Order: sequence, then structure tokens, then C-alpha cells
Amino acid sequence: MARVVVDVMLKPEILDPQGQAVQRALPRLGFTGISDVRQGKRFELDVEGPVDDAVLARVREMAETFLANTVIEDFTVRVEDGTPAGDARNGAPA
Amino acid sequence: MTLDTVKHATDTPQTAQPWAELGLKEDEYARIREILGRRPTGAELAMYSVMWSEHCSYKSSKVHLKQFGEKAPESDALLVGIGENAGVVDVGQGYAVTFKVESHNHPSYIEPYQGAATGIGGIVRDILAMGARPVAVMDPLRFGAADHPDTRRVLPGVVAGIGGYGNCLGLPNIGGEVVFDSCYQGNPLVNALCVGVMKHEDIHLAQASGTGNKVILYGARTGGDGIGGVSVLASETFDADDSAGASANRPAVQVGDPFQEKLLIECTLEIFREHLVAGIQDLGGAGLSCATSELASAGSGGMRVELDTVPLRDATLSPEEILMSESQERMCAVVEPGNVARFLEICEKWDVTATVIGEVTEGDRLEIFWHGEQIVDVPPRSVAHEGPTYHRPYARPDWQDALQADDAARLPRPATGDELRAQVLTLVGSPNQAAKSWITDQYDRYVLGNTVLAQPEDGGMIRVDEESNLGVAVATDGNGRYAKLDPYTGAQLALAESYRNVAATGATPLAVTDCLNFGSPEDPGAMWQFAEACRGLADACQVLGTPVTGGNVSLYNQTGDTAIHPTPVVGVLGVIDDVTRRTPMAFSQAGQLLYLLGDTGDELGGSAWSQAVHDHLGGLPPAVDLERERLLAQILVSASRDGMIDAAHDLSDGGFVQALAESCLRGGNGARIVVPDDLDPFVFLFSESAGRALVAVPRSEELRFTDMCGARGLPATRVGVVDGDAIDVQGQFSLPLAELRAAHEATLPGLFA
Repeated sequence: MARVVVDVMLKPEILDPQGQAVQRALPRLGFTGISDVRQGKRFELDVEGPVDDAVLARVREMAETFLANTVIEDFTVRVEDGTPAGDARNGAPA
Repeated sequence: MTLDTVKHATDTPQTAQPWAELGLKEDEYARIREILGRRPTGAELAMYSVMWSEHCSYKSSKVHLKQFGEKAPESDALLVGIGENAGVVDVGQGYAVTFKVESHNHPSYIEPYQGAATGIGGIVRDILAMGARPVAVMDPLRFGAADHPDTRRVLPGVVAGIGGYGNCLGLPNIGGEVVFDSCYQGNPLVNALCVGVMKHEDIHLAQASGTGNKVILYGARTGGDGIGGVSVLASETFDADDSAGASANRPAVQVGDPFQEKLLIECTLEIFREHLVAGIQDLGGAGLSCATSELASAGSGGMRVELDTVPLRDATLSPEEILMSESQERMCAVVEPGNVARFLEICEKWDVTATVIGEVTEGDRLEIFWHGEQIVDVPPRSVAHEGPTYHRPYARPDWQDALQADDAARLPRPATGDELRAQVLTLVGSPNQAAKSWITDQYDRYVLGNTVLAQPEDGGMIRVDEESNLGVAVATDGNGRYAKLDPYTGAQLALAESYRNVAATGATPLAVTDCLNFGSPEDPGAMWQFAEACRGLADACQVLGTPVTGGNVSLYNQTGDTAIHPTPVVGVLGVIDDVTRRTPMAFSQAGQLLYLLGDTGDELGGSAWSQAVHDHLGGLPPAVDLERERLLAQILVSASRDGMIDAAHDLSDGGFVQALAESCLRGGNGARIVVPDDLDPFVFLFSESAGRALVAVPRSEELRFTDMCGARGLPATRVGVVDGDAIDVQGQFSLPLAELRAAHEATLPGLFA
């Protein structure tokens, strides 16, 4: 069974209160040298059958319409073995 | 890229500038050049474009808004009027209350959760900036058709955003409205009201005076949030082809951080307690452009700002972007030099970033520098207070006559008891009349421990003083259907209903705030609606003696050629000496006598019945009698104070039967109702004549109550008694409460849960 991973991150210009809270906590706990923290979420999707382009297209559609709020978030889609699944990054203009 | 300094702008007068992309018109750009005597720098252009946008400058609306000042009734209660961050009202015992309603419509359509959340954050900071502790919020909401798929996207997001931000902040949400109508499909209205309490001596104003005083920016760091949001979002009509789902043209959305806001509130209140600020302003729409120019404009001197000292979340931001950023949870204070150290110490204690970014100067210029080079040199008044003023053409739309001629009287009416019964169930289960608890249960109503009344009561009520039990009540109302039929009367009906709601709780109405939601001012029809609504509201405020203390205008609520119904939302604030004497809406005991106060006519134009049963909108809205409203309010307040009534419920949309159903369900008691001899049963149950209320009178007080109504000339008709577990309209039908409750309470969960 193959696994597809969708990573969802707030767009870079969007405020991330959770990331900021973590960043403020780090030096208090003795972890220094971190200049910024952004927090995202990761979805692991176990796919029935082989992962082909059609499956990845469906996963991207899933991410676009449901897993990520593309008004404020970007996402990437990749197969678990680490190979990026093509041009999955959306949103941010080049 | 070279920095566009003032000197550079002077040397390169021919450089093309993106004024059109920033929402400025050609003549506006020409006027900026005339004011400055040269072309503006990029930073100046950014400031003018946001501050001269419709949202910030009120350029289309201010010629009509003037009436709220000109026709303002004499009121001893008004401590601060229109023009400041919010109005302030004296409620006695040394207390003052500030309240204001604002819109966050466009952002909430793009990103419902964050749009609604930051709407709460913004209005809370307005109230805080007056010197008050925010104590409650309310949300008047309008969505598209309840069963439309996009409403399923927008409504849950908006509700979660309001709940998420307000609950985190620890502010009770004590009421508001939820209305569905397909006219709001592409333009939902998310209005937010906040109430704050302070002592008279704590009032603070937004002005920068005293040469040498320091300008301190404190709160969140500045990021790329909502850049251009004001000018691009709130001041231009959405393209028609963008209506399907907010797909294109997305600017950066502001994201709220309620914990940061909570720190900001506590930090600011501590700073106030030590009298450390000379002037203060919150940062909302137009961010630093707005705060610096308004503070400088209202004060006696000029201001110098070192923009590169502003703490940034994103180091790559340009000066223009920093000036336009709408990052949330920021405030700007003017502080005497001797107080700066203590100010910063308090900020440090609350973990709030604070930075001296400039100072008040002699002279009358707002000057902004970027790493030592001057990028802004403007007269602040020209940015903040002397923007363009438009006398937009307006004309009564040509369809208005046909709409008014399409009288609801032509609609088929129920003839038998069974038909009446079926239509009562249809009405109370229709999305607009159904119980809103699925929504309001997601808000914290009781946090802070001073909530006396909250949804679904007529108005929210908050205890102000724990010793004396002094309290305030607030209600918001607005009926776009009435206003569509007749904007002048519709605006007056919104005020009348809100006023009546406050009085029904036992509080004396004192002051008004309004959020005027309309279509495009460039459409003469929409502009006529706006002009008529302003005139109606100002006239009615004058008669009722309740001045408008402030509010907000939201125009361009329009997709393509289709505008929303004109929707003036009116909030009324009242005071009650002793909150333990408040009047609830529930019929709590069998045997209470039911009296209908006021006159019932055959008035069904724009009614909930015509919408729920016939999906019809036409005719004229109910007539307004403001003297009658005032008398009714006086009776309701007197009866509450003297313990003559156990319950009261205002009659508005849905008429008598809606009010009866709500009061019965709230108390868990039925009622036996006798149709008055002179009324048709249908008209009695469904008419929406204004100036009416339903009250429950204990038997022991009946004579005293009816004598008072008789002596004051208010019609009071005994219509029944609280009894049993059904609504029994004698000779017509009987409707068990269980069946009524199922119809009333299942609708919203069925649609959205």
C-alpha cells in the first residue's frame, strides 16, 4: 500500500500565531539560535492500489478543496518514498 | 530599486504612478499632486490611496451622514459624539459606556473564519482606544439563502471565527441577528458590535499633541497582512465573474491572534490606569497610514516617524507596504517623554512588543523617514480629514413603484384553523424565524460573570456595577426587506425595533450606533436608498431623543449589477438602574395574563409570512409611529421598574404568533389565546404592525397595569393566559409545544450541523 503525504503550510505572508508562540517559548527553554518558526500540518493518505498520475491528481484536488484552505495556505503533495510528485506547490506567485 | 524619496519625487515629476491600480480616480490623483505641489512619493501615494478609499474617507456617504450631527437631539447623556473611535454615553453613577458597530463584510466573504474573527478584534480595539474595558460583543449577520451551497461555506466559517476569537478573548457574545436572503449570496454581511465600560475620567481621545511627545507603536509586529485590503477590497465591487467562490484576485488575508489581543487589552488598561498616554488610536483598516495621519490631524502639531523602526514580521516589506499593512492587534499611543520608560516597562510585563517610532513635532506636517531619507511630507489633515467629498447622483429606482404596487394583500391567506396552524409551523421553522441556538451556542455568553440577558432575549444585558446593579442593555436590528420596499421607513423601523427591544428588557434607550450596509454608491438607485435611509434614521433619532454616536458605512455590497437589500443595522444602548428588575421574555408561570400592547393593522408587506409562505416581497412596510414607540417604551420601562409585568417580548418580524411561540418555548409553558373581536385571526397572528409588544402580567398587578396603560393612552388588549402545554388559539387550532419546538429548533441544525 502506497502512502501520499500532503504538507500544508500557511502562506509566508500570513501571520502564524502558533509558530510565534513556539518561537517565543524556545529561548525560555534554553533553545537558542532559532530566528523564526512556522507551524504546519501533515496529512498521510494511504492509497489503495498503485499511485499513478490520476491518483495524484485526485489527491491534489482533495488538498485544494478540502485539506488546505488555499486562501491562506499552500500545500505540497509527495509520495512517501520522498520523491516529490511533480509541480505540486500551489498558490504563491513565482 | 531606488527609494522614492521626497527629493526623488520632486526631481522626477513625469514618473508614471499606479494610482488607478490603487483605486484612485484621475481627478483624485490630480488633487494629491496639487496639495503637494509635486508628484507624491510611492509611500505618499499608498497613504492617500487607502485613506481616500470609500471605506476610510466616507467620500460618498459623508454628505448624508452629516444629518446625524445636524439633527442630533439634545442629550445630556452624550459625552463623546461622532468622529472619535466610538461614541461615549453617560449611564450614571460615574460610569460611561462606549459602543459601536462596524462591518467586516468583504473580508468575511473571502475568508470567513479570519474575516469574522478580525472583525471582532477590530471593533474591540476601537472600544479599548476610548479608554474602556470591552465587556461584551454582538454580531448582526446576513447570509445568502440558507440552503445555498456557498452559505454552507460562509456561515460555519463566520460563526466559528466569531466564537473562536471572542471566546479566546473572554468576551461574552450577548446577541445579534442572523438573517438569510438570497440577496446576500455573494455579499454576506458580517457586522460586529462591542460595548465597553469606563469611568468618566478615563475617556481617551485619538489626538497627538505636545511637541516632543513620543509616538509608540505597540502590539503585534507588522507583516504583509491585508495590504491594500481597504482600497482594493472594501471599495471596489467584486467582479461579476468572481462571484462563484472567491476564486480570483485574492489579497493577503489578515489573520487574528486573540491571545495577543487579550494581552493588548490588559496592557492598555494598565497603561490607562497610570495615566501614561496623551492620545491613543487603534490600528485597523489602513494601518499605520490611518493611525499616524489621524493622530497628527486631530492634534495641534505635526509628527515625525522613523518608519524603519517599526518591528516587522517579514523583513522584506517595503515602506509602502508597512504603511498599508493591516496586521491585527496593534495600537499607537502618544506619550510624554517622562512616561515612556514606564510605558515600555508595562508592555514588557505583558510580553507586548513596543517601539518608539516617532514624535510630535512643531509645525503641521506629517513627515516619515526610511533609514534617514524622507519619503513622506504631507499635511496630515489632507490625508485623514480632508479627503474628497462626492455628491453622488441619486435617483429613486424605476422599479420602486412596481415593487410597492405589488401589495402583499393580494397573496392568498389561510382561511381555516388547520391552514393557520400549518402556516404557523412553516413560519416558526423558516430559516429566518427558526431558533438560532445552533449558532449562538457556539459563543460564550456568560464569561466575565456579568451577563444578565443574552440571546434569544430581545436585547443583551450586562451588569456594570456589582454593588449597585447598574446595567446596560443593547439590541441590534435591521430589516433589509422593509428597507428595500421603502428605505426611509425601513431605517426608521430598524431603529424602532431596536429601541423597542431595549425597552422590552426594562432599560431606558439612550443612544444609537449604526452600520449602514448598501450597494454601490456609483449606482444612483443604491445611492438613493442610502440617502433615504440616512434621512429616515436621522429624523427618527431626533424624535426619539437618541443621538447617533458613531458607526460605520459599508458600500459596494454588490456583485455585478445586483446589490444587496439596503440594510441599515441599528444598535440601541439603554440603561437600567437595577438589573435584577430586568424583564425576561419567557412565560414562566401558568396563570400570567397576556396583554397585547399597541394597535394591530393589516400590514403584511415585507413580512416574514410573505417570505416564508409565499416567497414574496412587495407592497409597503409597516407604518412607523415614533411617538407611539416612545410611549410604549416608557410603559415597558415603568412596568418593569414597578414589578407590573413578569415578561415582555417585542413584536416584529413574524408578528404576534412568532413572539408568542418564542416566549412560550423559552418558558416551557403554553397559552390559551382569544382572538380580539375586532381582528381577523390571520391578521392578528401574522401582521407586523410596529409599536407593539406582548407582555405577561401577574394577576395581582392586572388592574394597576391596565390603569397605567389607560391613563397614558396606550391600547392594551387582553388576549389570553399562560396555561397548559400547547398554544391554543380558541376556535382556530391547538398546537402542542413539543411540535412547535421541533419545528422551531430543527431547522438550523438540519442545514448546517
